[in-house]
Amino acid sequence: MEYIGIIIVAIFVNNIVFAQFLGICPFLGVSKKVDTAIGMSLAVAFVLTIATIVTFILQKGVLEPFNLQYLQTITFILVIAALVQMVEIVLKKVSPSLYQALGVFLPLITTNCAILGVAILVIQKDYTLVQSVIFAIATSVGFAIALIIFSGIREQLSLTKVPKSMEGVPIALVTAGIIAMAFMGFSGIDKVFQ
Amino acid sequence: MRRKETIAMNSNLKIIINGIVKENPTFVLLLGMCPTLATTSSAINGMSMGLATMFVLIAANAVVSLLKNLIPDMVRIPAYIVIIAAFVTVVEMVMNAYVPALADSLGIFIPLIVVNCIVLGRAESFASKNNVFSSALDGIGIGLGFTLALTLLGAVRELLGTGKIFSLSIFPENFGALLFVLAPGAFIALGFLIAIFNNLQKSKS
Repeated sequence: MEYIGIIIVAIFVNNIVFAQFLGICPFLGVSKKVDTAIGMSLAVAFVLTIATIVTFILQKGVLEPFNLQYLQTITFILVIAALVQMVEIVLKKVSPSLYQALGVFLPLITTNCAILGVAILVIQKDYTLVQSVIFAIATSVGFAIALIIFSGIREQLSLTKVPKSMEGVPIALVTAGIIAMAFMGFSGIDKVFQ
Repeated sequence: MRRKETIAMNSNLKIIINGIVKENPTFVLLLGMCPTLATTSSAINGMSMGLATMFVLIAANAVVSLLKNLIPDMVRIPAYIVIIAAFVTVVEMVMNAYVPALADSLGIFIPLIVVNCIVLGRAESFASKNNVFSSALDGIGIGLGFTLALTLLGAVRELLGTGKIFSLSIFPENFGALLFVLAPGAFIALGFLIAIFNNLQKSKS
């Protein structure tokens, strides 16, 4: 029950894009087509989950025992940057087809604040390792849902007539605002699981 | 001699103005969207986020420019990230010590300055090619542009949402659509502000 609560909250109530404002850059950048949106969400899910596990172990195993919590930001961002590189190299060798699908998106992920954001959030919320992994996976599902819904709407939007000064990013932002409003309807359902 | 000085002054001023208007990080380059949307629920929050980012920008730009000949080309991006992360940690510690309430309301977005593309972007595109002084100036310009944009967005959202600016009442008590303080309002207000900025730029040129 507790795990289901974490999943529902992470996907719908506290959606990473619409409620927490993390990962907005890829959300606006690669949402013009549904195909690229799916590729990006897969890449994010993959790196997000691995990065959360690695940074969690580092925090509990190295930083906390030695009282080095103030190095958290530096350590985490370096680990994530190295991890993205490693994932890229390993994928290239192990699964070339998956690498081709995700390849373009991997370098972009280092500066995706969703990855570092979740790694820090998990520590702040005092989750256990299992809870952290579930939170990371649920968050990536939430990101995927947001990105795919948004790219579907944008594909339609590109066919409609938009006032000149609203073209491009402004209308995309207003659209995102309206979707965020819809997501606000989910607030409160987390109380069921407490 | 005096003429040379005014020319130098002009080009310094140009670097700063460039960051505020022509390459405004929020309205033109569309970088650093996450903190822009997340921390502007009030004008004061937006401004403090802008100032924190500005400090990191100036310091990181200056240090990157100082070390640009010492850092091997192959590892320059990780090196820049470490420099930026060091200054972000400084900001984090200072804010936690002196303004804990503010640090609480900005929360996770203070450490996330590290992954703000503006900072890495300026280090790579400006500071690694220019001298220390103009790199610092570029940090000031871009930082001011970012701060002004965030303050403006924060003020608009606070005014529409609660009828106040910087906690000063402008409209009567029951004025305001709370929506603008909440998440959807952030997207919508920013969308319209960018549209207005685009229009102003276009009518100017």
